[in-house]
Amino acid sequence: MNLPIYLDNNATTPMDPRVLEAMLPYFTQKFGNAASRNHPFGWVAEEGVDYAREQVAKLIGATEKEIIFTSGATESDNLAIKGLFEMYKEKGNHIITTVTEHKAVLDACKHVEKLGGRVTYLPVKEDGILDLALLEEAMTSETILVSVMYGNNEIGVIQPIKEIAAIAHKYGALFMTDAVQAVGKIPVNVITDGIDLLALSAHKIYGPKGVGALYVRRKGPRVKVTAQMDGGGHERGMRSGTLNVPGIVGLGKACELCQQEMESEAKRLSALRDRLQSSLLELEESYVNGNVEHRLPHVANISFKYVEGEGLMMAMKDLAVSSGSACTSASLEPSYVLKSLGLSDDLAHSSIRFGLGRFTTEEEVDYAIEVTKKSVLHLRELSPLWEMFKEGIDLDSIEWAEH
Amino acid sequence: MAYSDKVIDHYTNPRNVGTLDKSSHKVGTGLVGAPECGDVMRLQIQVDDNNMITDAKFKTFGCGSAIASSSLATEWLKGKSIDDAMKIDNMDIVEELALPPVKIHCSVLAEDAIKAAINDFRVKNGMAPIESEKVHH
Repeated sequence: MNLPIYLDNNATTPMDPRVLEAMLPYFTQKFGNAASRNHPFGWVAEEGVDYAREQVAKLIGATEKEIIFTSGATESDNLAIKGLFEMYKEKGNHIITTVTEHKAVLDACKHVEKLGGRVTYLPVKEDGILDLALLEEAMTSETILVSVMYGNNEIGVIQPIKEIAAIAHKYGALFMTDAVQAVGKIPVNVITDGIDLLALSAHKIYGPKGVGALYVRRKGPRVKVTAQMDGGGHERGMRSGTLNVPGIVGLGKACELCQQEMESEAKRLSALRDRLQSSLLELEESYVNGNVEHRLPHVANISFKYVEGEGLMMAMKDLAVSSGSACTSASLEPSYVLKSLGLSDDLAHSSIRFGLGRFTTEEEVDYAIEVTKKSVLHLRELSPLWEMFKEGIDLDSIEWAEH
Repeated sequence: MAYSDKVIDHYTNPRNVGTLDKSSHKVGTGLVGAPECGDVMRLQIQVDDNNMITDAKFKTFGCGSAIASSSLATEWLKGKSIDDAMKIDNMDIVEELALPPVKIHCSVLAEDAIKAAINDFRVKNGMAPIESEKVHH
């Protein structure tokens, strides 16, 4: 077992060697521009791109003409939201999303607001799931888009996508989902789920960084987005720029591998995750954040009360994990996702996200359990809050000097 | 962001972790910060009849820099008179631990905890608390 252990697979994943192998020829031998129509170098590159487009489409139940390659999910989210608003603003100016979305969606929505759009940011329930009744209440005749992420990056909660899409469609709006964390991990199908636009990224599914895709529905209804970058009119005019052929080939291969291995991998990972989670919950005053039934198989977000997340991560120096505590930011604000579940600030500061992946072994998980337990106990020995809790002092009764 | 060796040293081997009897009139306790902000420090001093600090203990809920700042503070407090201890400046802690700008608040908190502990002792022993007029960085 090599240290440190990587358990931050929601941030990014290592590239699968099989993906790298597929990409390599496209750097040096098959280096052509996929848009060069008049010589074999271009044809070979285009063939690689076309094949990748099929691989991506297949994973999400789409057709290859519906796949727009981008530089990653942030670009896909931006293109979808801004591009759709620009295209459909005559029809209506209202967009609905949730407060737990990724910043790429939230900030693209803020941009739309500056352009005269109206955006509703719906809260989520305590378990992180959107209340469908609230969504229905928020729908208006002006609503052109509902954008709700498939699986959450911090807590792994999976939204009731099919039901959300049905509500959007009932009121004549389109439905978009940022599916970065879900695609390749759980079955996602744009037809049966009723998805009109979907953003995905290669580096979350053991592919390369710097490449992603946007699915744009072509039939029933035909959806169009206004390009956000001007140029040669690539990707059916929706995204100009010379195609990143090696990256796209890698994304395609990554999708194919996920499709083949997803079912068995999801079983393996959820068993490992459950083992990690149940062991860590043996610690007093530890809590899982978010719904545990509708959750991605590889994620567990756990709060260890009376221990601060960043301090804890420092104790677990051989584990690469992520914390909901943002002690390094000027604001000292903890995770907005955890706060939107109604978690108090101190519990949000005490959270750790464990993200398992394709290369996580049982041995590593056992080591992580041991190190985490030891670190939590060590830091509680140092924690004045833990001492007060043990003495039966109600921490809420103390007048803290907020700084 | 990488931590300095000194922060890692204090974090890994924190000095003077513990609790003094806060009901004793020879003990001053300073509890500063707030759980919502992600750091709470409790610093305690034991003072002898000559107003010299003979022992210091801390417990901290917070990041590595907060733990290191309070650990260092306890080291510096021991053997100082309460008047000299009042002069400890947060920037001395920043310098000693090589704290980056985003962690300066940890040193401010440690200085606040020192002052709060001393004032707690002063009030317990019939002395007026000393108001700090310093504006923090």
